Amino acid sequence: MEDLYREIILDHYRQPRNRHAIESPSCSADGSNPLCGDQVTVAVVVDGDRITEIGFSGQGCSISQASASMMTEYVRGRTVAEARAGVDAFQQMMTTGTVAGLEGFDDIDALVGVAKFPARVKCASLAWKTLEQALNEGGAPVTTPVTTDERNSNG
Amino acid sequence: MTIADPRDTGVQRLPFDLARIRRDFPILKREIAPGVPLVYLDNAATSQKPVQVIAELTRFYRDHNANIHRGVHTLSVESTELYEAARAKVARFINAPKTEEIIFTRNTTESLNLVAHAWARKFLHEGDEVVISEIEHHSNIVPWQMLRDARGIVLRYIPMLPDGTLDLDAARKIIGPRTKLLSITAMSNALGTIVSLEVLVPLAKAQGAVVMVDGAQSVPHLPVDVQALDIDFLAFSAHKMLGPTGIGILWGKMALLDAMDPFLGGGDMILTVNMERSTWADVPAKFEAGTPNVADAIAFGAAIDYLDALGMDAVREHEREITDYALRRLADVPGVSIFGPMDADLRGGVISFELEGVHPHDIGQVLDTRGVAIRTGHHCAQPVMLALNVPATARASFYLYNTTDEVDKLAASLQEVTRFFGGGR
Ligand SMILES: Cc1ncc(COP(=O)(O)O)c(C=O)c1O
Repeated sequence: MEDLYREIILDHYRQPRNRHAIESPSCSADGSNPLCGDQVTVAVVVDGDRITEIGFSGQGCSISQASASMMTEYVRGRTVAEARAGVDAFQQMMTTGTVAGLEGFDDIDALVGVAKFPARVKCASLAWKTLEQALNEGGAPVTTPVTTDERNSNG
Repeated sequence: MTIADPRDTGVQRLPFDLARIRRDFPILKREIAPGVPLVYLDNAATSQKPVQVIAELTRFYRDHNANIHRGVHTLSVESTELYEAARAKVARFINAPKTEEIIFTRNTTESLNLVAHAWARKFLHEGDEVVISEIEHHSNIVPWQMLRDARGIVLRYIPMLPDGTLDLDAARKIIGPRTKLLSITAMSNALGTIVSLEVLVPLAKAQGAVVMVDGAQSVPHLPVDVQALDIDFLAFSAHKMLGPTGIGILWGKMALLDAMDPFLGGGDMILTVNMERSTWADVPAKFEAGTPNVADAIAFGAAIDYLDALGMDAVREHEREITDYALRRLADVPGVSIFGPMDADLRGGVISFELEGVHPHDIGQVLDTRGVAIRTGHHCAQPVMLALNVPATARASFYLYNTTDEVDKLAASLQEVTRFFGGGR
């Protein structure tokens, strides 16, 4: 269990960073995992090619909310291209189970354990996919693909 | 020692001996990690299987396997007999007037869809009303929404009251002269609520409506008698009542089944085929196109024998006791709030709850490390989640093999969850 719930994750869950509204965002997006009820809204201010402000709101499990908090910390102050690279690196970490080595931000590596819990990968990915959607110009809300073990209809 | 059942000749009753029952379920000896025994509390999703059912499945494949209704050879005759004997057991179990009224499907979902296609599409017209409720499983919502979009029928919902029971006063207004079908669950899988069929069925019957009951949760856990209930269709799944996956039941009154067109076309469901047209076989063959799931139907017969031997009254009484104990035990755990009726007489062995400050997913994950298997999420009943104003709940659900010790483990593990996430929002 400690593989999944590292102390740093619980810390981000209990004291989320950048959990606030953004006055006039350049773009924003809503993401949700309807099957588990995780929900995240991400709003960013882009100045030139740099993300100067980012905030999120939402509700959900500790993994989804901690990941959102970490994502905002990572992205803030970086260029859009770097943010996109971060999204890719994070997805990579979720599929391979090896740390992303995201430069200058070790907290995220704590989420590597999630890769061993297939049912939870979509929780961790939600905020990142939502960010990507926002950057693609706040279009359709993101619904992260449902993983098989959650797709069951067994009531 | 066996006790003769006073009402029923033929069936040998066994006393409800929990230790013996548990020995019949090999999986209950499983450990989730070294030294961490399984505490299986996800029975509303699917039940575990006793050795008797597993053995029947193997015996069929080992000793009798052949296609049914087709050959004159010995194995085909034996397979056919075993398959039809299973049908007769199912009929007796729900007190169906005729064995041929039992149709083997894949699951409850298919049974409900069969009626939506083969009965409702033929007999319902634009403006006709289908009444369901706010606490239905998605499988008793979506087929009717599809029918509404295809045929222009009107779909109406009996609302849920805050305590998780249905609003019967509202039902009296909603069920009216335009109601052609009441399709309703007998027990909510999300909240455990036992629905007042004794009130709702007469309301619908007084309007001349057909009544279908989703028995996916009731047939495994309560005595069910289709004649006493005065209903027209009943749908349920073998896998939730000790049987294998891949077998469901649709029971319907013969007059209704006779009047319906087939659901699927192909082999086994025809009387004659020429290049112009075909004529249909009689019920139930008319609805069992293609090679059916012979082995699982036969193994389901063994599951019914198992339940019959214990008696559904005894099964219900055991679950009522466990549920009553669990309701009291969980209410004592700091931070736990329970959804649905608090009286164990009004609910089956299903308890949906939340734990303050901890998302259901996190509860489920930590419980798993203690061997405790529960379900988290929306339980395929999103309208219920909306009405409760929660994104998801955690749900523990019991069956005949669960013990009060297991409830204690659940309660103790929940306290650990709170300790672990303590300080969370
Ligand atoms: C009340 C209810 N109806 C219908 C279903 C659907 O059953 P199945 O998935 O076996 O088709 C379930 C369980 O999944 C249920 O609990």
